[in-house]
Amino acid sequence: MDIRVQQEPFDLGHEASRFAARQAGMGAIVTFTGIVRDLEDGDLEVMEIEHYPGMTENSIRKIADEALSRWNIGDILVIHRYGKLGPDEMIMMVATSAPHRVDAFQAAEFLMDFLKSRAPFWKKEVTGGGEGWVAAKDTDEDALDRW
Amino acid sequence: MDVLYFAWVRERVGRPKDRIETGAATVRELVNELTLKEERYAAAFADLDALRVAVDQELSDFDASLENVREVAFFPPMTGG
Repeated sequence: MDIRVQQEPFDLGHEASRFAARQAGMGAIVTFTGIVRDLEDGDLEVMEIEHYPGMTENSIRKIADEALSRWNIGDILVIHRYGKLGPDEMIMMVATSAPHRVDAFQAAEFLMDFLKSRAPFWKKEVTGGGEGWVAAKDTDEDALDRW
Repeated sequence: MDVLYFAWVRERVGRPKDRIETGAATVRELVNELTLKEERYAAAFADLDALRVAVDQELSDFDASLENVREVAFFPPMTGG
């Protein structure tokens, strides 16, 4: 398991290749990448991501442990950035490996659903006209129920 | 005890962290104590439904005991991913 919370950008191709190289005997690798989406009016200047050092790493590890216990998966990689990010920058990535693709897909979705509302990150959108914290959606909370 | 604030809770309180001596037995008592102390805490804690709490870095609730607790954090619902 590899959990990284960092300010620096990451190279998706490099990370995916490096992860894949460690997965002997696995038949499937799923990767998900989260990107800073511009606002509808194209006004986003910066997305500021704040987190709770210590609790962040621990809570991601717990979510990953839960995924490992629920599905037949080999390994998990989670990289999540914090700090100031511009539109189109990569915020985070998840990779899972498994003997078969269904486990890899489901574990990746599970990780994403829980990272969204159980890992202590908060996003603020800064535009030319002001700034505001991104509110959690009810649908994010509802998404946890299916697991 | 360290009391930490994140996101708009931090902005309303005006600082990321307080170190306080408290006799509060539960998170709710701590909130009441802070709310009475200064207006900026009252502003931060005006709507507890909009807040989440972590006790020693574990998600918890407002009725949680503060016995032997070293760190309490208040923040809005998380928006990771």
